[in-house]
Amino acid sequence: MAEHQVMVYALSTCSHCRNARELLDHSGVQYDCIEVDLTEGEERDRVVAQVREANPSLSFPTIVIDSDTVIVGFKEQAIREALELQ
Amino acid sequence: MNLDEFYERLRKVNEAKGYYFNRDRERVDFLLDALLVNKERYGYMACPCRLAAGDREADRDIICPCWYREPDVQEYGTCFCNLYVSKEWNESEAPSESIPERRPPERMPF
Repeated sequence: MAEHQVMVYALSTCSHCRNARELLDHSGVQYDCIEVDLTEGEERDRVVAQVREANPSLSFPTIVIDSDTVIVGFKEQAIREALELQ
Repeated sequence: MNLDEFYERLRKVNEAKGYYFNRDRERVDFLLDALLVNKERYGYMACPCRLAAGDREADRDIICPCWYREPDVQEYGTCFCNLYVSKEWNESEAPSESIPERRPPERMPF
């Protein structure tokens, strides 16, 4: 399986975010994740700006792959294709 | 109030309005628990799948049931969280995937 840099912006309370993380976990994909609702102050502002840059509707999950592909929401097929998963 | 009581109370109220809980009971329990977490955090049940501002006035359109449930269920058969769905959605094989965010970005005070 090809190596990708994967960043998941999620909410700890969001079911779609949970689905996305479960798919990545089950597929053995390495990823970083920030639960934005658990951030505060300057970190929150910095992270929100990152999310908005990738996804102006500021919705979750926002998945950024290799800094050039953005998947908005839990879309299983799109995630599988972008990460070349079986 | 435990989760089953909460489930039952909301189920009755919302089914009467034509909104049904997702057939996936585990998902519903996860989201109901999340609503209770947000009630604890913010004092109101902010939508579990949206970033709350923590200010009731700014968040009033995303206090569950959100303002977008009606048009979303009409258009997609499901609300944004996939918590409330139409009868047809529940009887279909539709996957529990995200729908587009209907909330206008300008409503987000970030």
